[in-house]
Amino acid sequence: MATLEVQGLEKNFGGVRAVQDVSFAVGPGEMLALIGPNGAGKSTCFNMLNGQLKPDAGSVRLLGQDITGLAPRQVWRLGVGRTFQITATFGSMTVLENVQMALLSHHRRLGGLWRPVAGMEAAPARALLERLGMADQAGRPCGILAYGDLKRVELAIALANEPKLLLMDEPTAGMAPQERVSLMALTAQIARESGIAVLFTEHDMDVVFGHANRILVLDRGRLIAEGAPAAVRADPRVREVYLGSGAVTGAH
Amino acid sequence: MENLVLQALSGLASASSLFLVASGLTVIFGVSRVVNFAHGSFYMLGAYLAYTFVTQLPRGHLGFWGGVLGAALLVGLIGLVVEVLLLRRIYRAPELFQLLATFGVVLIVQELTQMVWGAQDLLGPRAPGLRGSTEVFGLRFPLYELFLIGVGPVVLGLLLLLFHRTRWGTLVRAATQDREMVGALGVNQRMLFTSVFFLGSLLAGLGGALQLPRESVNLHMDLSIITEAFVVVVVGGLGSLTGAALAALLIGELHAFGILIVPKITLVLVFLVMALVLVVRPHGLLGKPEVAARGGQGSAEPMIGPAPAALRWLALAVLALAVVVPPFLGDYAISVLTELATAVLFAASLHLIMGPGGMASFGHAAYFGLGAYGAALAAQWLGAPMLAGLALAPVAAGVFGLVFGYFCVRLSGVYAAMLTLAFAQIAWSVAFQWVEVTGGDNGILGVWPDAWAAPKLVFYYLALALCIGATLLLRRVVHAPFGYALRAQRDSALRAEAIGIDAFRTRWLGFALAAAAAGIAGGLFAYGKGSVFPTFMGIPRSVDALLMVLLGGVQTLSGPIIGALAFTGLQEQLVRLTDLWRLILGVVIVALVLFFPQGLAGAVRARWEARHGDA
Amino acid sequence: MLQVTGLSAYYGRAHILDDVALEVGAGEVVVLLGRNGAGKSTTMKAIMGLVPPAAGSVRFAGTEIAGREPFEIARLGLGYVPEERRIFTGLSVMENLDVGRRPATAGLRPWTPERLFALFPSLGAMQDRPGGRMSGGEQQMLTIARTLMGNPRLILLDEPSEGLAPVVIERMAEAIRALKAEGLSILLSEQNLHFAQLVSDRATIIEKGRIRWSGSIAALLEADEVREQYLSV
Repeated sequence: MATLEVQGLEKNFGGVRAVQDVSFAVGPGEMLALIGPNGAGKSTCFNMLNGQLKPDAGSVRLLGQDITGLAPRQVWRLGVGRTFQITATFGSMTVLENVQMALLSHHRRLGGLWRPVAGMEAAPARALLERLGMADQAGRPCGILAYGDLKRVELAIALANEPKLLLMDEPTAGMAPQERVSLMALTAQIARESGIAVLFTEHDMDVVFGHANRILVLDRGRLIAEGAPAAVRADPRVREVYLGSGAVTGAH
Repeated sequence: MENLVLQALSGLASASSLFLVASGLTVIFGVSRVVNFAHGSFYMLGAYLAYTFVTQLPRGHLGFWGGVLGAALLVGLIGLVVEVLLLRRIYRAPELFQLLATFGVVLIVQELTQMVWGAQDLLGPRAPGLRGSTEVFGLRFPLYELFLIGVGPVVLGLLLLLFHRTRWGTLVRAATQDREMVGALGVNQRMLFTSVFFLGSLLAGLGGALQLPRESVNLHMDLSIITEAFVVVVVGGLGSLTGAALAALLIGELHAFGILIVPKITLVLVFLVMALVLVVRPHGLLGKPEVAARGGQGSAEPMIGPAPAALRWLALAVLALAVVVPPFLGDYAISVLTELATAVLFAASLHLIMGPGGMASFGHAAYFGLGAYGAALAAQWLGAPMLAGLALAPVAAGVFGLVFGYFCVRLSGVYAAMLTLAFAQIAWSVAFQWVEVTGGDNGILGVWPDAWAAPKLVFYYLALALCIGATLLLRRVVHAPFGYALRAQRDSALRAEAIGIDAFRTRWLGFALAAAAAGIAGGLFAYGKGSVFPTFMGIPRSVDALLMVLLGGVQTLSGPIIGALAFTGLQEQLVRLTDLWRLILGVVIVALVLFFPQGLAGAVRARWEARHGDA
Repeated sequence: MLQVTGLSAYYGRAHILDDVALEVGAGEVVVLLGRNGAGKSTTMKAIMGLVPPAAGSVRFAGTEIAGREPFEIARLGLGYVPEERRIFTGLSVMENLDVGRRPATAGLRPWTPERLFALFPSLGAMQDRPGGRMSGGEQQMLTIARTLMGNPRLILLDEPSEGLAPVVIERMAEAIRALKAEGLSILLSEQNLHFAQLVSDRATIIEKGRIRWSGSIAALLEADEVREQYLSV
C-alpha cells in the first residue's frame, strides 16, 4: 500500500484556482519531488497535505486512513513529519530541548506543571541528534545556530515521532551547495532505512535531479508531468514552463 | 417612534465626533504602528485650547470658528513636537513599550492641563449661527448636532482623496507596509511620519474643539475618549479609515440606543460588541491580517536558564531580611511591605503571560480586582471567613480568566492588548455601575482579616508566604513541560502545531493560570487594605503591572520581581512627597522607555555580560 | 563609480563584515558571490545605509556616503533592490512605480513606466493589479522596475534569482544585460554561479564577512580551487 495517496485535490482562493485535480501517491522509502514555477500551487498543495489548509475537494489518505481536513497537530500524531521552507524551531531553547519537546509531545507529557523538562526524554533526544550528526551542538540555543544546522534540527524534530511520511518544503533553500547534497543524502538514507516516504519541493535542480526517485511537475495548479528524473528533464513542456534552456542550472 | 428618530440622529452626531478622533488614531497607527494612548490627551487639549481661544477672541463667526481651527492646528503642532521628541525614538521598540510611553505622555498632559486650566469643568459658548434647532421629520433637533453629522462624512471623503489621489498618500500607504524600503527608495520617511502625526493629532484636536458647544470641558475627557476611540479603531480594523467610519457609526448608535434599553451598562454593551466582532473577525471589520512590520525585528527571544548563583544568594538574603526585619518595624512600614509582597505576585503573574506566553495584556488588573472583589463579596454577602475568601479569590479570577482569555488569546499583538483592555473595562464598569451589589464608587468596606490574622505582622507573614509561594510555583511551571509548551507556541506557533502542541489551549490555560495567581494577590490586597474599590481594576492599575514587568525586563524571571519592588517603592515615595506625582511618574515612564528599553534587569544583565564576556 | 574600503559592521556583538573592500566601475557589472550568511546582503545594506557601518569608507561618484541616511544615499543615484522582493503588496503596479519616482539623472535616459514595461513586458499587462497578487517572478521584476524609476546610476541587486524558476531566471539575465547596455552600473549578489557568469564582468567572493578573492569572471572559471573552497561547486 502507498504511504500517502492523494486523489483529486482542489483549492480555490477567491476565484483563483490554486490547485486543481491533483492526484499522486508516494511509497515507503521513496523520494518524490514536487517542482514547478513560483505560484504554481506547490505550497498550497503541501499545506493541504499536513492540514494547514482544508482542500475544497479531493482526499488525502495516509496508509489507507482518510486524513483530509484534519488539523496539523492531528496529522502529526498520525505520523507525518514536516520541515518548513523558512526553518521553524524554538529559538529560545537549545537544540536538545527542541527535540525533547517533540518527544514529550509525542508521548503526551506536555501538561506537566512540576517536574523540570531538563531530565525528560533527554537520552532519546540525544540519540536522534547523534543520528543527524548534531550531537555536538545539543547544548546550543537554536536562535544562534547556522542555517544549515537549523535544517538538521528541523529534521530531527520531524523524525521524533517515528513518522511514516516526511513533508519537506524546500529543504535546502538558503544552504551552500555542499551542505545541500549532504542533507539530502542523509534524508534519503534515513528514508530508505526506516521505510519513510518523503515528499519534497525544491528549486535547486541539482538537488531535485540528484536525489528524487520520481518527480511531479506542477504548473498553474495542475500536474503537467510525472515520472523518472530523466524523462521529466526531457519533457518539452516542462522545459518551456519551468526548466528553460538549462543555462542557469548548469544542465546544458 | 419619534424618540427613536431623535436617538438615531444624536447617535449619528456622536459617531461623527468619534470618527474624527478615531480616524487620527488609525492613520497614525497605520504608518507608525504606534498605538497612541496620548491621542485622547490631544483631544482633551483641543477642547481646552478651543475654550481659551473662543472665550478670548471677539464673539462672532470669526472668533468661534477661528478659535476651533486654531486649537486644532495648535494640537497638530503639539503632536508634531511629541513625535519628534519621543515617538521617533521608539518606533523600533516593542509595542507594549510604545503604549506605555504614550501613557506616560497622558499622565504628563493631565497634570499640565490641570495646572493651566484648573480642576473644575469649563463650559464653552455655543456656536454662532447654529444655536437653535430645526425641524427634522416634524421633530426639533439641534442645528449644531446636524452640523456635526455632516462633518464626519466630509472629513472621511477628504482623507480618502488625500490617501488615494496624491503622491503623499501613496507614499504613506507604502510606508505603512515597509518603511525601510520607502527610505531606500529616496523618500525621507521621517518627514513623512512627522507629517502623518501632525495630521492625526490635528484631527484629534479638531474632534475635541468641536465638542465645545456640546459638553463641558473636563480632565476626564482624555481617558474616556481614548477607550472609545480604541474600540472604534479596533472594531473597524487598525489602519482602515473606512473601517473606522463604519465602527464609529456602530458604536455611536449603540450608545444612543443602549441608553434606552440598558441605561446602566452601555459601556458593557459597547465592549461586548467589540469582543464579538473580534471573535468573528480577528482583524476588525475591514482590517487586514498584520503583515510582520518591517524594519523593527527584535533579536531572538533569550533562553531561560537557572538563575546564576549570585542572584540566588541575593534573593535568599532579601527573603531573609523580609522575614527577620518586620518585627522591628512600625504598622505603616509593615503594610507597605505587605503591599510589596502582593505587587511581586501581581507582576510575576503578568510576566507569565507576557514573557513565556508572548501575549500582550493591557488589562491584567481585571484579575487582580476580580480576586479582590471575589474575597470581599464573599465576606460581605456570605459572611465567609478570611481563609475561605482567600481561597475564593484565585477561583473567581481564574474562572473569569478562562472566560475572557478564551477570546483574548485568539488574537495577537495590539488587538490582543486592546481586547484585554476591553474586558478589564467591562469588569471595571460592572463594579462601578452595579451599585446594589458592589457599592459602586464607594466600594466595599470592612473586609478585615479574621481575628487570628488581625495583627499587621501576622497578616504580613501570611501574605509573604502566599505570595512568595505562588511566585515560586509560577517559576516552577516555567521550567516544567507546560511552561516550555508556552514558550514553544510563542517562539514558533507553526512549529508548535506541527509537533502536536495545541497552541490555543496552551495560551488559554496559561492565561487562566496567570489570572488565578493575580487573583491571590488581589484577595490578599483586599484584606490588607480592608476594602475594595473599582479602581482595583482600572486602567492605571493595569499600567502599574505593565510598568513593573517592563521596568524589570520581560526577558528574565527575576525581572518582574525587581520591577515590582522598584516600582511600588518609588510610587509610595512619590505619593507621599509630592502632589505632582502623576507628572513625575509620566516623566519617569517616558525616560524609562527611552533609556532602558530592555528594562532594569535587562540593562544590568547587558552590563554584566559586557564586563564578563559572552556567556 | 562605487568604492568600498575597510567596511566593517556588527550585528549585536557579532562581527558580520570585516574590512570589506570592493569596487564597481562605470557601466560595469560586478557580482558578489558567497554562501548564505557570508555577508552579501549585509554588504549591500551597509552600502545603502540600512545597516550602520561601524568603520570604513563608501564612496559613490566621488561623495563619501558611509553613515548617511538611506534616503539621502538613494537621492545621490544609488538604487537598492532587496532580496525577498519587498514590493508594496497593497499598492498597484503603477503605484509601486510611483513610490520609486525621482527626477532624471544627467547622462542617462530617464525611465518612464512605458520604457519599463518594454523591459518587463509582463508588468505592462497588469498595471492596476495589487502587488500582493503577482507571482514571485513578476514581483521580482517589479522591485527592479520600482528602483529604476528613481533613475539611479548604480543599482545594488540582492540575490535576484533566489527562489525563481530557471526559465524566469533566464529572462532576468536578459533584463540585466539590457540595463548594462543602457550604461547602468550594477553590483549583484548571488549564489547561483551559472546565472552570475551570464551577466557579470567581474566577481568578488565573500566568506564569513571578509573578501577572499576578486577577479574577472573568466579568471574565476579558471580557478577551480577558489570555486571549490568558497563556493563548493
